[in-house]
Amino acid sequence: MSGPSTYKPNSGFERWLDTRLPLPRLLHDTIHTFPTPRNLNIWYTFGAILTFCLGIQIVTGIVLAMHYVANAGLAFDSVESIMRDVNYGWLIRYMHSNGASMFFLAVYIHMFRGLYYGSYKAPRELIWIIGVLIYVLMMATAFFGYVLPWGQMSFWGATVITNLFSAIPVVGKGIATWLWGDFAVGDATLNRFFSLHYLLPFIIAGVVGLHIWALHVPGNNNPLGIDVKSPQDTVPFHPYYTVKDAFYLTLFVILFAIFVFYAPNFFGNPDNYQQANPLVTPPDIVPEWYLLPFYAMLRSIPNKLMGVIVMAGAMITLVFIPWLDTSRVRSCRFRPLMKQFFWGFAVACVALGYCGSQSVDASVAGIPLVWVARVATFYYYAFFWLIMPIVGLIETPKKIPASIAQSVLGDTAAAPAE
Amino acid sequence: MRLTTISLATVSLGTLLAFGLLASTPAMALDTTRLAPKDVSFSFEGPFGTYDRGALQRGYQVYKEVCSACHSAQHLAFHNLDEPGGPEFTEAQARALAAAVKVPAGPNDRGETVDDKGTPISRSATLADHLPSPFPNEEAARANNGGALPPDLSMVVKARESGPQYVYSILTGFTAHPPAGFKVIDGKYFNPYFEGWNIGMPPPLKDGTVTYSDGTKATVEQEAHDVVTFLAWASEPKMEERKRFGFGVMVFLILLAGVLYASYRKVWKDAH
Repeated sequence: MSGPSTYKPNSGFERWLDTRLPLPRLLHDTIHTFPTPRNLNIWYTFGAILTFCLGIQIVTGIVLAMHYVANAGLAFDSVESIMRDVNYGWLIRYMHSNGASMFFLAVYIHMFRGLYYGSYKAPRELIWIIGVLIYVLMMATAFFGYVLPWGQMSFWGATVITNLFSAIPVVGKGIATWLWGDFAVGDATLNRFFSLHYLLPFIIAGVVGLHIWALHVPGNNNPLGIDVKSPQDTVPFHPYYTVKDAFYLTLFVILFAIFVFYAPNFFGNPDNYQQANPLVTPPDIVPEWYLLPFYAMLRSIPNKLMGVIVMAGAMITLVFIPWLDTSRVRSCRFRPLMKQFFWGFAVACVALGYCGSQSVDASVAGIPLVWVARVATFYYYAFFWLIMPIVGLIETPKKIPASIAQSVLGDTAAAPAE
Repeated sequence: MRLTTISLATVSLGTLLAFGLLASTPAMALDTTRLAPKDVSFSFEGPFGTYDRGALQRGYQVYKEVCSACHSAQHLAFHNLDEPGGPEFTEAQARALAAAVKVPAGPNDRGETVDDKGTPISRSATLADHLPSPFPNEEAARANNGGALPPDLSMVVKARESGPQYVYSILTGFTAHPPAGFKVIDGKYFNPYFEGWNIGMPPPLKDGTVTYSDGTKATVEQEAHDVVTFLAWASEPKMEERKRFGFGVMVFLILLAGVLYASYRKVWKDAH
C-alpha cells in the first residue's frame, strides 16, 4: 500500500528540496494521498486522538516543569504554587493530570479495537508489538508522573510499586535500593523519577513514529478485516480521514474539557492533596484507575513473587497475541464464537479494575472480591493462551464480503459474480 | 514475701473483678466508622456555581477569630483576599485585615530573633505575606493539642472525600451525648462524623461565637456554612475563573464540532 510515490514538486524550491531532503514528499505520501480503507469507523479515530493526547501531555508537561521543583521538601508546595500563583497554572496542571486519564481511556479503546478487528494479525504483528511497548512506556511514565506532586498517594503508591521489585529472589532488595537511591522512597527517588518522567514521553514519541511507520507499510486494517484489493476500496487520507478524525477528536476534547473545567479532581484521590508523610500510611493505597486491573491481579495472588509474575505476565502476554490467534479471519464481525469470548474479556478487565479499586477484604453480595479477581485473572490468561488458539481452529467463520468497496457501496460498484 | 503474695493476690482479684465488670456491661463491639456527611448544599456547586461573597467574608472572620488559633492556612496570602473570585475585600480592607495580624520578623538587622523582653520579634503583616501559622513547628502544635496535629486548612476541603459536606459535618457534629457503650478518650471529644468518633478538636463553634457585622445571625450552622465556603475557596481559589473559562471553551468546541460535522458530511457525501 505504501506503493510508488505520487508526489509532484510544484515549484523550483520544492524540486530543489526534493533531491536533498524529500520532506514534502514524505508528508504528501503519508498524510495526503495515503490510501486508506473507505470503511473505517469511529473506533479508528483513536490513533489521531492518541497523537493529540501525547502532544498535549508534552506541551503542558514542559510548561509545568518550568515551575515545578523536584525536591521532597518543596515539590508539594511548588505544585500548589502552580495552581495559585502561575498565570493559568491551574489550567495547565488540570489539563496534564486529566490528560493522563484521557490518554489511557483512549489507549484502552484503541487496544480493544485492535483486538476486536484482529489488527494484530499478519502482516501487522509489529504494529501491535510496538503498540504494546508504547503502552508499557505510558504506564511507566504515568507512574513516575503520579509521584511528582509528592502527596500521600504519590509517596505510598511509589513505595508499594517499587517494593514489588524486592519480591525478586536474592537480588530483589538490592534492586529496590538501587531504584530508590536510598533505603526508602525519598528525595533521591523523586529526583530520578522527575528525570525519567521528562525523558520517557520523548521516547514514546519516537516509538509512536515507528508505530506509524510500520502502519504505513501494510496500511490500515478495517472493520471487515479483509485486505484492500483495488483502488476502489480506499480513499485518500486527506481530506476524508483528516476531517473525520478532526470531528471525532473534537468530541473527545469536549469530554476532556468537561473533566478539566467541571470535575478536575474526578480521577484523583483526595489524599494526594495532603503532603507525603512517611510516618502516616493511608488506610487504602489505591493506584490511578488505569492501573487497577493489574493491581487487582497482584493482590489476588497470596504469594508476593507469584503476584508480581502474574501481573508482569499479563502485560508480556500481549506481545504474543499475533501468534496465539490461529484464526484465518481477522475481524470478530465474522467470528460469532470469538466475539462472545471477546466481550467476556472486556467484562473480566472491568471486573478486575473494580476489584482493584476496593479494599482487599471487600465482598459484593457475599462473594469476596478477591475471588472475583482470581476468576477474572484466570479468564484473562485463558482468553489469550487457551481460547484464542482453540477457537481459531474450531470456529466456523461467517461469510466474508468479497471486497471493501462491495460491502460499502453495494454490488453495483464492484460486483464480482457471487 | 508473704505480704507480697497477698498483695499480688489482691491485685489479681481486683483485675479479675474489673474484667468481670467490664464483661458484664453490654460491651458489644461498636462500629465507629464515621457517619456519612450531612447532605448540605453550597453556592459553589454545579457548573455555574460561584462562591457567595458574603459567606466568604464572614467565613474569613470565623477562620481568623476561631480556627486560626490552632490551624494554619499557609497556602493563602493576604493579597488573595482582594483578588477576583475570592472574598473580594477592597484593597484597603485587605490591607487592614493584614495589618491586624502579627507575623514573625526575626532576625532583625542585628541578628536578634527576640526583643529585650525575650518575646519573638514580629511586625504587622502586609498583602505580600502568607497567613501566619499559630505554632512555630509541628512539635509545638502537637504539644499544645494533646498530641494531635491540627491540619493545615488551605486544602482541607480538597483533601477529604466530599470535602465541603465532610468539614461542615465535623464542625456541626459534636452531638452532646455519645451512644451507650462508647467511651470518649480522655482529652478527646465525641464526633461521629470523624473516623473512630474520638476527635482531638474541642467543639470550635457555638451560637454567637463570632459577631457578624452584616447582621447575619451567627448560629453554629451559619458559622460552619460560612467557614466551609471560605475553606472551599482556599482550596480552589481559581474555581470561578475555571468555570467561566470552561464555558467559553465549551461554546467554542461545540461550534467547532458543528462546523467539522458539516465538513465531514460534505466531504464524505460522494464516498458512501
